Amino acid sequence: MPSAPVAKKSSRTPQRVASRAGRRAPELIFGDLWAFDPAPESADPKLKPRYDLFINGKFVAPKGGKYFDSINPANERKLAEIALASPADVDAAYAAAQRAANGVWGKMPGRERAKYLYRIARLLQDRAREFAVAETLDGGKPIKESRDFDVPMAAAHFFYHAGWADKLEYVAPGRRVAPLGVVGQVIPWNFPLLMCAWKLAPALAMGNTVVLKPAETTSITALKLAEIFQDAGLPPGVVNFVTGAGDVGAAVLNHPTPAKIAFTGSTEVGKIIMRSLAGSDKKMTMELGGKAANIIFDDAPLDQAVEGIVNGIFFNQGHVCCAGSRLLVQEGIAEKVLAKLKARIRTLRVGDPLDKNTDIGAINSREQLTRIRALVAAGVKEGCAMFQPDCALPPKGFYFRPTIFSGVSMSSRVAREEIFGPVLSILTFRTVDEAIEKANNTAYGLSAGVWTDKGSRILKLSTELKAGVVWANTYNKFDPASPFGGYKESGFGREGGRQGLLDYCKLI
Amino acid sequence: MARLPITKTPKVYVGGAFIRSESARVFALRDAAGEFFANIPQCTRKDLRNAVEAAAKAGPGWAKRTAYNRGQILYRLAEMIEARASEMAAAIALGGATPAAAAREVAAAVDRLIYYAGWTDKYEQVLGNVNPVAAPYFNFTVTEPMGIIGVIAPDEAPLLALISLFAPAITSGNTVVALASTTQPYPAILLGEMLATSDLPGGVVNLLTGFRAEMIPTFATHMHLRAISAVVNAAERKALALGAAESVKRTILLKAEEKRDWFASGAQSVDAIRDTLEFKTTWHPVGA
Repeated sequence: MPSAPVAKKSSRTPQRVASRAGRRAPELIFGDLWAFDPAPESADPKLKPRYDLFINGKFVAPKGGKYFDSINPANERKLAEIALASPADVDAAYAAAQRAANGVWGKMPGRERAKYLYRIARLLQDRAREFAVAETLDGGKPIKESRDFDVPMAAAHFFYHAGWADKLEYVAPGRRVAPLGVVGQVIPWNFPLLMCAWKLAPALAMGNTVVLKPAETTSITALKLAEIFQDAGLPPGVVNFVTGAGDVGAAVLNHPTPAKIAFTGSTEVGKIIMRSLAGSDKKMTMELGGKAANIIFDDAPLDQAVEGIVNGIFFNQGHVCCAGSRLLVQEGIAEKVLAKLKARIRTLRVGDPLDKNTDIGAINSREQLTRIRALVAAGVKEGCAMFQPDCALPPKGFYFRPTIFSGVSMSSRVAREEIFGPVLSILTFRTVDEAIEKANNTAYGLSAGVWTDKGSRILKLSTELKAGVVWANTYNKFDPASPFGGYKESGFGREGGRQGLLDYCKLI
Repeated sequence: MARLPITKTPKVYVGGAFIRSESARVFALRDAAGEFFANIPQCTRKDLRNAVEAAAKAGPGWAKRTAYNRGQILYRLAEMIEARASEMAAAIALGGATPAAAAREVAAAVDRLIYYAGWTDKYEQVLGNVNPVAAPYFNFTVTEPMGIIGVIAPDEAPLLALISLFAPAITSGNTVVALASTTQPYPAILLGEMLATSDLPGGVVNLLTGFRAEMIPTFATHMHLRAISAVVNAAERKALALGAAESVKRTILLKAEEKRDWFASGAQSVDAIRDTLEFKTTWHPVGA
């Protein structure tokens, strides 16, 4: 599975040549001096050749009899066949969910619901390595991320929300809460298993039942999670998975049964969904796109900040709605930060996602790769200065070098549009007010980062930034106890924490 | 010879000033007996956009007031209404309410403001919290006002419903552009005069009168309105939701076709305050 180690001719970077003896010490750039030995993760992902729909507690063949291929974006090889749901399958899934809502799950005491969620968390922890490999194979993310982040965080979401199931009287002070009934959910391909957990855990803790559609390129771990639901004895119909592309998603969202719709995806699609649900009186949660500002002040601990910038934009190949894709650097340190950033990016290892040393894995799909390329071309055309390390890319599969644009203006497309790839746009500012103005000058408002040594400045920025999550001297941190969600066109509703539960209940 | 009384020309309260519609249009308001009472400004989409601009100017200052100060100002507004309660009751009685019912509505409206005045420095303690994340961070969730809220009031309870819709929004520092009852607009005209003497900064609450059909498309699509809180029928709900999609606007749409008791204690809640708040979560490292 791992690609062959790439024999790399030494390509001296201009910076190394430029540094003269007796002046600055040469930078140590290890990135392309030696080829690393491959370090593939070898756990068995236990994939089935074919995955059926998961409806009413059973894997069932799609009524239309059709399947589509799920490929490994790292090498374009087929991994498994996934069932293509028809409208009749979506009907069946909702019928099962409705039965479970009216019956077993709706009537079950919270403390018993909690035990199922605890079981799911535990069983997922048991099979963590297997799930991590499956996630990496299906989505292209580096194994170190699926192993250390996606899977443990997914388990943590079930464990956290399990404990809420019998404490719901504390969710809304002074009010009693009740489940909404059946919920329809559609999730994206960037964190397939984790988004599943984010969506399912609060819905189930509150006593709802669910019909969920995973993204068409990344359905496998959801269906493996269904195996865990079976092992946990989760009553039939409580969770139903229907797989397919956008038309199946539309069938899930526009179905008359669900009382609530939860969607995570692009702002563009979110708006289409909001239009299609106009007049339906369904509750909605929208977790949409972002174009987050990561703001670096001149008193920030720079080495730490550079790590934060790299984590902010290159985590999960930049396929992150809250990615720190707009770097705002205070003018006085802009050159220094850029130099440090370039040096750091040269050491990033791009390649086989299953290799434990890989920092940047495969782009999730050819479609997304095309989109990233188009936006990067637009940035070049607009006159932004582009930097990419000259790292080798595997011959097959979808890969894109980490990319930074400097000299970017606020009106540039690469500063305004969500790229959803490993592409960073760098802008500068002089004053605190200018940083705030530039950071907020976007239709989005999901997240922001602030790097400074000054505590009062952190609190000022966290007050003024129009974003649902603000990371101070850190970036891309998540926790089931920490509510996540956007302002403005980044959507509404929260996921995680006490606030996230409010979106899955009605007040009585 | 009997003295001819001076009648008042009704004006709407926008940006802290009393204005007539930019269109110079009016519609005649008649009392329950069908007698002419006054000409009411028939506000336009342009008036709505102007009001949004006024609300935008007032917004940051109002949101930055201390919670204690906002509480005192809401209390002062209640004082202003209480002091002119009989005048306000007469305005409500124009629509056919008995004097007793009208007086009851004024009293309930005053009490509603007192209720929300008390919430200004408390809702944060109830709605926000510190989150125990599994990493060395101090992680806390606070609330922030959304910004400018569009309010569309129902025809019934023309004072109480209007106040019940906008009071929770301004409690947290939002500003409001409201369309008053079409059939009974006069209490809102009078309320403007009370707002003007209440210490509430101009532009925090802007009251328009006119026809829903003319204004709803702009309420729906105006990108600077971050949320709509309205009592509307099915067709209006659809129009507002469609327009809201253009800028992912929040909608709190109560059904006009359902009977609603505006006097009930359930018509006021911290949840109504929460409806026009955003939750913001901050991660701060804990370390040396």
